[in-house]
This record gives sequence, structure tokens and C-alpha cells, in this order.
Amino acid sequence: MRIFLHILAISPALWLMWQGGLLYDFQDNMLTANPIKYIHHYTGEWAIRFLLLGLAITPLRQIIKWPNIIKYRRMIGLYAFFYVVLHLLNFVVLDYYFDWATILKEIIKRPAITFGMAAAVLLLPLALTSTKGWIRRLGKKWRRLHRVIYVIAPLAVIHNFMMVKADLFVPFIHLTILILLLGYRLAPKLGFSYTRG
Amino acid sequence: MLFKFLKSSDVKTCEITPEKTYMNRRIFMQDSARIGAGAASLAAFGGGLIGASPAMAAGRKLENITRSGRYDTDERQTSYKAVTSYNNFYEFGTGKEDPARYAHRLNVRPWTVKVDGHVDHPGDYDLDDLIRPHALEERIYRMRCVEAWSMVIPWVGIPLSDMIKRLSPTSKAKYIRFETLVDKKQMPGQKRRVIDWPYAEGLRMDEAMNPLTLMAVGLYGETLPNQNGAPLRLVVPWKYGFKGIKSIVRISFVSRKPNTSWQGLAAHEYGFYANVNPAVDHPRWTQANERRIGEFRRRDTLMFNGYGDEVAHMYAGMNLKKYY
Ligand code: HEM
Repeated sequence: MRIFLHILAISPALWLMWQGGLLYDFQDNMLTANPIKYIHHYTGEWAIRFLLLGLAITPLRQIIKWPNIIKYRRMIGLYAFFYVVLHLLNFVVLDYYFDWATILKEIIKRPAITFGMAAAVLLLPLALTSTKGWIRRLGKKWRRLHRVIYVIAPLAVIHNFMMVKADLFVPFIHLTILILLLGYRLAPKLGFSYTRG
Repeated sequence: MLFKFLKSSDVKTCEITPEKTYMNRRIFMQDSARIGAGAASLAAFGGGLIGASPAMAAGRKLENITRSGRYDTDERQTSYKAVTSYNNFYEFGTGKEDPARYAHRLNVRPWTVKVDGHVDHPGDYDLDDLIRPHALEERIYRMRCVEAWSMVIPWVGIPLSDMIKRLSPTSKAKYIRFETLVDKKQMPGQKRRVIDWPYAEGLRMDEAMNPLTLMAVGLYGETLPNQNGAPLRLVVPWKYGFKGIKSIVRISFVSRKPNTSWQGLAAHEYGFYANVNPAVDHPRWTQANERRIGEFRRRDTLMFNGYGDEVAHMYAGMNLKKYY
């Protein structure tokens, strides 16, 4: 099961590389004529999907009564991080080719990118502390630390909204999912209760 | 914007066929289609194979094109495939590959253009009647998209000024306004209101009369592929690509500055003038540089996209930060 999930989760990246590997004329690329922009969108989309999927584990566990699914949450979170790293690397390496002055300026000057960067930076400690050792070492603090995901996910969705030029359809879907997932957690605090079997 | 699965077979056929070969083949196919039914069905079969990638939709070869070279750039031209498969034409969807995929639904013949407003010769013109009186010219221009990528495209068309002179606007005409076709059946992207259809664009009269401004009917020596704005589109090389309105059905001579589609969508991001200007950033990204399609490193963006000699005088004394 775990291996199957790994294959599933890594396949978008492999698919991207496979298509990119077919590149021999930059102009007539499989990844559109502008592959760098394509990779940007592609990795961004998969990053946000995995983030939302990670947040969906707790509700799914309770709704479809499959408690074991929690086992896979860490893996999903790490794949989210993986795609964020690819997304960021694409920005730094392929798009701006280590032009640090411009990169820094863009991160500071463009609120959309600031939000994305904030989300990525916040995700880093979560990824680093995802090992068994760190979970043990941090104890209770680990859970508190990993609540930062409730900040990261909205930042990512805001970033998604701001980066899109005109067609807000996909970001709206992401926002809807985010609201449902956060709402599910907030609802009991606001006095609603779910009947559990 | 969900990613799409391309069959590798779709594209490979095109990639291994050098542009010239397949153009010849296509012209040959059209000729044979004219010879007889048997040959025609053979050609249709060939067309089906080659047409596997919609970017390959056949254009008709245009005759009697003059080439003065006066305004041409000698930079490397962007491949036919890239020019015809990477498009912003939201009428067919907001993905870059949507236009090439869906534009075959557009029927470009016959095509009528309504001319109205402050003009001596208003009316509903057949496309041929608008174009034929003028000599077709090839113009190899840089095209700079507002999204910070660029291409070099050999357009075929007529100077807009020639057309305007013949239509003879009155002194009340200060601006010219263009409109794209609205037809949900032919343009599936219009089923959603991403833009308040019809797409509309405009130019100041002196911009419209500038010798660089082109009404294009073709590229690479052939009629325009639908995804590039067939059968008639505007090309204004010193402005961002979105000014180049496609599949035009209406040309109006007006006294007041018309509202444009992208202004309607986000006025603080897209202005009426939309001159290429490396010093005025888009609020969400820098316009100081761009990626030329086919190149890896970004290059510096040129003021007026490098056409300052021809156009800068029109904006003398204007604050281009305010009138972006
Ligand atoms: C948790 C972190 C992040 C997530 C989930 C994320 C997700 C996304 C998504 C979903 C998109 C829109 C894709 C589309 O329009 O189809 C996007 C676009 C973009 N992101 Fe991110 N992003 C993250 C972090 C970053 C960082 C750190 C940077 C750069 C420093 C960045 C730079 C960009 C840029 C430049 C675009 C626009 C690409 C274009 O339109 O050309 N993102 N991102």
C-alpha cells in the first residue's frame, strides 16, 4: 500500500521529467513552447493538491472511518514539501537563473510571491521535524508546531489566487476545499457537533 | 489549468518533420485535393495524420506578398509550431494550448466586418473587400506578451493606415475600437464569463495610423491559423500582445477613448496604452526582462519593444507611469 502511494505521489514529477526529457528543441517542447512557465504551474498545482490532501486526512479518517489512513499523512505532507521545493527551484534556477538581486526584489516587492515564500519557509521546519526522532524529541510541542499548517495552507491558497491572471476557477476550487477542511475543524468549537458511531 | 495528458505520438510527428517539408506537403495536398475526389480522400487521410496536432491546421498559401524589410527584425524567428501552439485567446479557453485545440471550431469564411461610427464609408464589409484593395506585406516583428515572454513572428497583412484612409474617418474620430466575434458555439471559452465578451480593444488615431500598425491576415506566408486570430487580427508590435485583438468583426471610429477588455478586468494592471515598458512593472511581476520563446535565459526588455524610433514621438511629454 505504501509503495503504491509512493508511486502515485511521485508520478506527476516523473511524468514532468519524462516530458521534459523529450525536449531537444526548446521551441517545440512537449511542455508547451514555454516549459519554464509550464513547470511553474504544474509544480504549484501539485504542491497545493498535496497540502490540501494532507489536511483532508483527519476529516476523512472520521468520515469514512478508516483510522489507519493517518499512517500516510506524513508522507503526503512530505510530498507537498517536495513539490514546493521543485516549484521554488524552478523559480530560482530555471526562471531567474540565480539572479539573486532580482529574485530577492521579486520576493519582497510582489505580495503574491511573498505569501508563497512565507508558506514555503514555514513548511521547512515541518518537513525537517517529520522524522520519528524529532517527533519523540519534541513530544507535545510537535503537535503545536505542526499546527502551523493551518497558516501555510491559507497562505498557499492566497498565493494561488494572486498569481493567476484572469481565470480564478481553479483557485476557487482550492479555496472551497480549504474552507470545507478548516470549517470541519472549527465547527465543533463553534458549538456544532458531529455524531460519531 | 489542470495539466493535460498529451499523447507523445501527437507531437512527435510534427517535431521530426522540418517546417519546410510539411509546408510543401500541405500545399501539395491542397493541390491534389483540387484534382479529384480520389486524390482528395487521400489528402484528407494525410491531413488527418498530420493534423494530429491541431497546431498543424492547414493554412492557405498567400500570394503576392511584398517584402520591404524596412521594419523587420533579423532576429531568429520563433518556430511555426511554437507560434501556433502557445497562444492566449481566451475565447477558446484560458490554457495556453486551448486555442490550438479548440480553434478549429471557428468558421472564418465567409467573414463580415462591421465598420461604423464617425466614418464616411460605414457598412458591413466582406473580409476580401476590406483587404483586397491593398498590397499584402510581410512584417517580421517582435511580439512581447504582458506575461514576460516574447516571440519573433513573420506576419502578413496590410498597414491599418491604408485601410483607415480608404474608409475615411471624419474629424470627430479620435480613437478606433475593435471587437472580436461572440459565438459560444464556435468559441467554447465564451461559455464562462472570464471576460465580459466581446473582447474589445482600442487605439488612439495616431497609433492606428502609425506605419508599424498592421492588420494581419497571415503568418509564415500563409493565412492565419484560427488560434492566432483568423481571419483578421491587429498587430501593434510596440504594445503588449493583448492589444493585438483577434478575429475582428467590428471596427468603430469613436470620439472618446474606448474601454478595453483587460482594463475592465483589472484596470490597475492593464492600461489603455499598454506600451511595452521595462521601467513600469506589472504589479505582480517585473517587466524589465522577458523570456524569448526558445531561449533559456531571460533577456532585457526594450523600451517600446525596440520600436522607439518609430513610436516614441507619439508619447512625448506623457507620463508613461501614469498612462501605462
Ligand atoms: C507552499 C508553497 C507554495 C505553493 C503551494 C504554491 C502554489 C502555486 C500555485 C497553485 C500556483 C498557480 C499555478 C497556476 O496558475 O496554475 C503558483 C504560481 C506561482 N508561484 Fe507558487 N506556490 C508556493 C510557493 C512559491 C514560492 C516560494 C515562490 C517563489 C519564490 C512561488 C512562485 C510562484 C510564481 C512566480 C507563480 C506564477 C507562475 C506564472 O504564472 O508564471 N511560489 N504557485
